[in-house]
Amino acid sequence: MPTRDEIYAKVQTALVDALGVEEDEISPAATMVGDLGAESIDFLDIVFRLEKTFGIKIPRGELFPEDVLSSSEFVTNGKVNAAGLTALKERMPFADLTKFESNPSVQNFANTLTVEDMVRYVQLKLAA
Amino acid sequence: MRWFWIDRFDEFVRGKHATAVKNVSLAEEHLHDHFPGTALMPNSLVVEGMAQTAGLLVADAIEFNRRVVLAKVAGAEFYFDAVPGDTLRFHAEICDLKPAGALTHVTSHVGDRLQGEAELFFAHLEPGEGVPKLFEPDELLKWLDQMHIYDIGRDAAGQPLARPDW
Repeated sequence: MPTRDEIYAKVQTALVDALGVEEDEISPAATMVGDLGAESIDFLDIVFRLEKTFGIKIPRGELFPEDVLSSSEFVTNGKVNAAGLTALKERMPFADLTKFESNPSVQNFANTLTVEDMVRYVQLKLAA
Repeated sequence: MRWFWIDRFDEFVRGKHATAVKNVSLAEEHLHDHFPGTALMPNSLVVEGMAQTAGLLVADAIEFNRRVVLAKVAGAEFYFDAVPGDTLRFHAEICDLKPAGALTHVTSHVGDRLQGEAELFFAHLEPGEGVPKLFEPDELLKWLDQMHIYDIGRDAAGQPLARPDW
C-alpha cells in the first residue's frame, strides 16, 4: 500500500497531464473546478488516468455522484436537501462536505471537491 | 461536402490501432494563404487528421452505436511543419476504451521523421446528450468505403472485417 505522499505525487501527475496545469498550481486544498479549471470532460480523463496509474476501477458516478445532484428526490429549489446531503456523505466518504453543507446549492458543488479529496478517494480504493 | 483530412487507411486493426495517410498538396486552397510563398500545413488540421484516424478506430470499436466526439486534445507537440508534397502518416492507438469515452495516442510521420504527436480524448455520447446526429448510415458507409476500411481492416484475430449491412 503506497503512502499518502506517494499517492499525492501520482494524483498530482495525473492532474498536470489531464488539466495542463503546472505542478506548483496543485495543492491539497486546491479545488478541482474553481482553482484548477477542470471541466466535465476533464473528470472523465482524470478517471482514465487514475485507473491506469493505480490499477483501480472507478465506476461511473462513484467519484462524482452526478445522479444525486440531478435527482428531484435529493434537490429542492436548486439546493441539495437533507436526504441529498445524507446520500452524498454516504456516497463520498472521502470528501469533506462541511463547507458545502453551509450553502448546499447545486452550483456550489462544483467547487467542493479538492485535490486532497481525490487523494483520500484513491486511498480508500486501494485499501478496499 | 465533408471535412476530410485523411485520404485512406493503410492499416486498421479493430479496437487496437490504425494507420492513415494524408497527402499534402498545393491544390488545397487553405495552403494558398497559409502562407503566400511559404505554404505550411496548419498543425490544427494535422490534429483534425489525427482525430479522424483515431475517431474512426474508436467508433468502429464500439460498433458505431454512439456518437464519438473529439472531446479534448490532452496534449499535442509538433516538431516541424509539413509542406506540399509531403505524405503524413497518422498512426493511432487506443490506450483505453470505456463506455463513456476513449483515450488515444496518435503520431504523425513524414517518412521516418516524427512530425507530431498527440493524446486525443473522445467522448461517446448518446442521442439527446447535446450532439446532433453526425452521419446518415449510408453517408458514413460511403466514407468508410472511401477510406478502404473494409478492404484492409482486420479484427484482433486477423480476420477481415465484415462490411456492415446498414
